[in-house]
Amino acid sequence: MTVTSDRSAPTDAPLGAPAPKRFGGLLKTRELGIVLALALLVAYTAIDNPRFLSGQSIRDNLLNTAILAVMATGQAVVVITRNIDLSVGSVLGISAFAVATLMSNNQDLPMIVALLAGLAVGAVAGLVNGVLVRYGKVPALVVTLGTLYIYRGITYSWAGGSQVNADELPRHFLTFANDSILGIPWLVLIALVVVAAGSVMMRNYRVGRELYAMGSSPAAAELAGIKVARNLLGAFVLSGALAGLAGVLYAARFGTVDAAAGTGLELNVVAAVVVGGVAVFGGSGSVWGAALGALLLTVIGSALAVLDINQFWQQAIVGALIILAICADRLVAVRIARSLRKRDAHV
Amino acid sequence: MLRSPRTLLSVTSAALLVAGLTACGGTTKDSASNTGGDSNQASAAADPNAAIKEGLKIAFLPKQLNNPYTDVEVGGGKVAVEELKGEYKLVGPNDASASSQVSYINTLIQQQQDVIVVAANDPNAVCPSLNQARAAKIKVITFDSDASKDCRDAFINQATTQGIGESLAKMALEQAGGEGEIAVLSATPNATNQNSWIEVMKTELKKPEYAKLKLVKVAYGNDDDQKSFQEAQGLLQSYPNLKAIVAPTTVGIAAAARYISSSSYKGKVAVTGLGLPNQMREYVKDDTVKKFALWNPADIGYLAAFAGAAMASGKVTGAEGEKFTAGKLGEYTIGADGEIVLGPPTEFTKENIDKFNF
Amino acid sequence: MSDIDLGKRPSANRSGALKSRLTSWDSIILVLTGLVLVIASISVDNFGTSRNFTFMVLDLLPIILIALPMTMIIVTGEIDLSVASTLGLTSSMMGWLWNQGLSIETIIPICVLIGAICGVVNGFLITGLGLPSLAVTIGTLALYRGLAFVVLGDGAVADFPWNYTGWVTGTIGGGAVPNVLILIVALALIFGIVQHATPFGRSLYAIGANAQAAHFSGIRVARTKFWLYVVSGAVAGLVGVLWTLRYSSARADNGAGLELAVVAAVLLGGVSIFGGKGSLPGVLAGVVLLTALQNALRLEDVSGQALNIVTGSLLVLSVLLPNVTTAVRGNWHRRKLRQASAR
Repeated sequence: MTVTSDRSAPTDAPLGAPAPKRFGGLLKTRELGIVLALALLVAYTAIDNPRFLSGQSIRDNLLNTAILAVMATGQAVVVITRNIDLSVGSVLGISAFAVATLMSNNQDLPMIVALLAGLAVGAVAGLVNGVLVRYGKVPALVVTLGTLYIYRGITYSWAGGSQVNADELPRHFLTFANDSILGIPWLVLIALVVVAAGSVMMRNYRVGRELYAMGSSPAAAELAGIKVARNLLGAFVLSGALAGLAGVLYAARFGTVDAAAGTGLELNVVAAVVVGGVAVFGGSGSVWGAALGALLLTVIGSALAVLDINQFWQQAIVGALIILAICADRLVAVRIARSLRKRDAHV
Repeated sequence: MLRSPRTLLSVTSAALLVAGLTACGGTTKDSASNTGGDSNQASAAADPNAAIKEGLKIAFLPKQLNNPYTDVEVGGGKVAVEELKGEYKLVGPNDASASSQVSYINTLIQQQQDVIVVAANDPNAVCPSLNQARAAKIKVITFDSDASKDCRDAFINQATTQGIGESLAKMALEQAGGEGEIAVLSATPNATNQNSWIEVMKTELKKPEYAKLKLVKVAYGNDDDQKSFQEAQGLLQSYPNLKAIVAPTTVGIAAAARYISSSSYKGKVAVTGLGLPNQMREYVKDDTVKKFALWNPADIGYLAAFAGAAMASGKVTGAEGEKFTAGKLGEYTIGADGEIVLGPPTEFTKENIDKFNF
Repeated sequence: MSDIDLGKRPSANRSGALKSRLTSWDSIILVLTGLVLVIASISVDNFGTSRNFTFMVLDLLPIILIALPMTMIIVTGEIDLSVASTLGLTSSMMGWLWNQGLSIETIIPICVLIGAICGVVNGFLITGLGLPSLAVTIGTLALYRGLAFVVLGDGAVADFPWNYTGWVTGTIGGGAVPNVLILIVALALIFGIVQHATPFGRSLYAIGANAQAAHFSGIRVARTKFWLYVVSGAVAGLVGVLWTLRYSSARADNGAGLELAVVAAVLLGGVSIFGGKGSLPGVLAGVVLLTALQNALRLEDVSGQALNIVTGSLLVLSVLLPNVTTAVRGNWHRRKLRQASAR
């Protein structure tokens, strides 16, 4: 919790939207809105049950957010380029199972190898998506819907009925999920690094700006000499690799991995990204907004459990939130368009 | 768009009108008769001396594949089918939905199996298909989770509801140290097995020896690892004085144990219930879990295969009181409503857990 | 959806080649479907039996019915991912209303109406507020499914009257033709005629090809789309009723994930995800192909896992193959032009 409020401090520079600076304030309210909603929710829940703010509870919420936030980072980048990656849940599954199998067969492998292996598996899966989208000229929605089935099918065929249990995994692999450095669990630290690196890349680096440009107008980006093919492949590889990394974190955190790991997670990831203010038609939004979206969705889940609200409401609330979020985006877009028109009139 | 709301209104009112007109004199829950479908009761007489046929095609259809508990169950079935010199087959959906099971039952009917051993995802949804199977002279044995009793020939019950409920209450008392708050972490709010066990447990808790034990909450983890994990988390946040979590489901107990073992509650909150030794071994050894119980799931599949073979060979018909021999497990008697009870559950502790591998 | 990626839209000067590739994909899928049916009947035991025919029709019932309006929606360049959740919500409501003691004859129209209302909400958000259909229907996918669980929880309602559940699973006069086939044929005919033989149907293609141009040529784009969503919701509601009766079980999780199968079948049938192209016969063939393939593989004891891979691959190939052939044909065409100009 402390982490997010730091980042939302008013001194923060304009957020990673490609709009001119004067509209930065408008878009910034988007992330601010999530932070406010989050604060309200936490305050309300904490008043009802103060233990919601206990160290253990905050830790649990952050740990639960970590995996979703890592995936949301990759998804945000893909969505900003006006594409979508629906295969992330299946990529998480294949990576989690691959890494768990690898570690149970080679007990002495250090954790870093597991992390790299997960990244590699995911990157390959992402590359396949990217190649099909760019060179096969198949729309991302179709490709990743197809690979959602294919990757999951491969995992099922590979795993058969088998499952990797916690007692087959090396100790250091399992404790990785709970060990912390400077009081911050590794899992959360990794998620923070990924989100921060993603944000900086999208905001301050040329390639990030190019990705926004591609999302705003693919045709114009191509004409402007942006290496669209390379960037697009990069975006899909990144999304895949991060889903693969999430798979390793999943295996370490939950200890028990079967072929169904991460089924249906793509919906949560897309929801986090959309709630976090990334527009599905590309070109706007920010990585850390998406991470905030992931945090909000996770906190809603645990708040419902603490508040003793019928758990069945959770999904309905998530759905309503998604719609609310896109309505808000639409409102902002309309206002921007209006003020742009006004400015043009003056010239 | 301008006119559409009005058009919509007229469509709506028309539909409501139709609904209103038909409301009188229609078929309602109370007037409906649900007697269709099943007519093929066990008709042929049993021949206790009949030999078990060889080469019987026995197919297992669990709730879903890729579930470790199910794998052990059907693994026992495979051993039994080999002993019976039959043909073993395992099919099943990847998700525990009733509708996908129906497609598999249809396929098994087409393939002319002799016995279908099925764990029903929905006791009613599979019924029409199972009755079609029985009409095609296929014997239907349910295990793990029963279908409606008018659409199967026999049900392998892992243990009596009473026995499991009592055992859960007893372990909770021991683990909580004789007094304090306890909570239950169950499967889904409508899981038939779990609910009946919890009911027995609640009745037990009313007895004087349990007077100091207070059941504060029944939470549901939906037999989903992540969800159960979060529910365990929620329980401890809502009830800081909790002494023990009782999870009568293998998914729930593993998730709860994993959460407790990695949290500051370790050693303060006990976890017990029904679990798989392989999944729980780690938590038993690190002292998160002192004791839990389960029947041997492999024996369920084993018994189901023998019951199916006995039935397909005409040795038994599923009537109460008939007896048959199930290989290494010995002789069983069919109870009321075609139920066959496996036996009492085994309790696992640090001392004996290494003797079990499932 | 229509604004997804202009760069990938085939350019207009290739429309001749485009037309031929589309007709060829339609015929490819029809031939492929026929081939699968013939090969399966010969080589797969029990595939060609009348009982298996009944099972297959029942299996493809939900996909084919939902695919009818879905085809129209995708032709206009939009998408509706909330259909399976609408189905789940209607199924839940059906169980709940039945438990309230309402008669089944009252419940069925109410359920279709609930589906239509779900469609109204989608339609309003998409055409009234101008929100992207992909995001909206992902949102309502979660919303409607969530509401389904709120209504019925994890429970199931099962005691529906036998004369209704029996009708859905039964056949005409106990023969080989399932009762529901009448429904499928009737609805497919209606949708086919509307889509391919009326001005309304042609306007769908115009909208999908270029919504703005369609608007300026006098087509009421927003209103058309709005009603498509209402129809889609109503059909999903009807399928929710049929699904519940077929399995005699009203559950909140009924039909979960079906939207992917429907979209896969529609795209496999040659409908372009960018809108403007596709035909209903192709889609029907796509549905039959997927169902027949799954049925045959299952009879051959190919595991459900492999089915995932087949479905996914077919989906990708359905778009990839035409693209590749277009590219090859384009190359060939260019080379011919070069040769011609050299001469």
